[in-house]
Amino acid sequence: MTREEIIDQVKEVLAEEFEVEQDVMTDDAVIKDTLELDSLSLVDLVAVIEHTFKVKIPAADLPTVKTFAQLYDYIESHL
Amino acid sequence: MNNRVVITGMGIWSCLGYDLDTVRDALYNGKSGIVFDQTRKDMGFRSALTAFVEKPDLKKLIPRNQRQFMPEEAQYAYCSTRQALDQAGITQEFLDEHEVGILFGNDSVAQATYKAVSKIYEYKDTAACGSGSIFQSMNSTVTMNLATLFHLRGINLTTSGACASGSHALGLAYLLIKDGLQDCIIAGGAQEVNPESVGSFDGIQAFSIREDEPTKASRPFDKNRDGLVPGGGAATLIVESLDHALARGAKPIAEIVGWGFSGNGDHISTPNVAGPQRSLELALKSAGVDIHEIGYVNAHATSTHAGDGREAMAIANVFGDYKVPVTSTKGQTGHEMWMAGASEAIYSILMMKNNFIAGSLNFEEPDEETACINVVAKTQEAHFDMFLSNSFGFGGTNSTLIIKNFK
Repeated sequence: MTREEIIDQVKEVLAEEFEVEQDVMTDDAVIKDTLELDSLSLVDLVAVIEHTFKVKIPAADLPTVKTFAQLYDYIESHL
Repeated sequence: MNNRVVITGMGIWSCLGYDLDTVRDALYNGKSGIVFDQTRKDMGFRSALTAFVEKPDLKKLIPRNQRQFMPEEAQYAYCSTRQALDQAGITQEFLDEHEVGILFGNDSVAQATYKAVSKIYEYKDTAACGSGSIFQSMNSTVTMNLATLFHLRGINLTTSGACASGSHALGLAYLLIKDGLQDCIIAGGAQEVNPESVGSFDGIQAFSIREDEPTKASRPFDKNRDGLVPGGGAATLIVESLDHALARGAKPIAEIVGWGFSGNGDHISTPNVAGPQRSLELALKSAGVDIHEIGYVNAHATSTHAGDGREAMAIANVFGDYKVPVTSTKGQTGHEMWMAGASEAIYSILMMKNNFIAGSLNFEEPDEETACINVVAKTQEAHFDMFLSNSFGFGGTNSTLIIKNFK
């Protein structure tokens, strides 16, 4: 999967799950704030990424995935 | 303390309609909400019959982060509760400033549980089911969600009593308010409508197989009844003390004057006569009314052979020579199960306030057991000021409410 394909798919599934527009998910945007995640819905972010890419982000790695760009990096390196 | 207990608002989400006026007209016109569902047939159901209930779209009303905790039954209950609060003139500001309780009947969360556990099995990861699943998968999901959404700070409880759940919720609300422990309670019943929740019920061959005529399948008390048809949705009533209602300028619609209940102590699914009979007798004793003051009986009767027959005998034993008009609205709605006690109170109140008795749909002729009561087959103009409503459930749980008009 190319990085562009990862980006497109991440935006599509997160837009649907969290009911936001795709254009708010800019590279440097902070995921937690953009998607209005609290401690419970953070679990849903992990679940959606797992369903879509079969990539599980363990709790210990979550601090390294603050922005969308960091999320794309993480998925790319774990596919 | 012995407060008078009134109903000041009602809301409904059912196969007969999604607002009170539509439901009133549907009752009057003998409309059926029963359909044939091909999905169930494809799944291997013996009977593909079900009530059809629309799923509400709550995206504009509830943010995603709150909506994710709500399975369909909580969403139905949210809709019916908003209607009821509106009719009662109760705003969110009022709820924030006063202690209001919630008592709802619910006895399953099958589809939510199935979806959650399936995801865990599929991904071998418990986080895969999502953060909303635990809240969706508990019987108390309806009260949990509504208490959170409406900031309710009074009694917060789900009553699980099989098909008497909704009636028990209303009965408990009546007791708490009568005894002065609460001033105001949002009471009701909710029922999921999906194949997962009734598959095992279909498996014990309890449903009608009159699939070629879905609207004629649910036929309580009729000689040719062959089983029930599952239904659902949600119904809400705002129950408060008369003093509390009048103090805030509310206009009561009806008054709960008695609640009776009993256990059969017998078979887990087949009712007897004695248990239901005691429920009716206790309700009448609790209300302090004579049988001749009851102008209408809304029966539990679900269109099963044994159940309808036993209830008919119980009614006949209690009412004796007085042939009180009896119908079961389940002819039109199917069996709304955990919602039924609450929804049928609403259907009966709508009839009482509009001077009619909706004909017991599909009743054509009785059998030897149901011939002992006066089943009203066709809608008739009728004035009554007090009715009795039965709800009976698996395990022999029985609940009977007596409600009178308030003018």
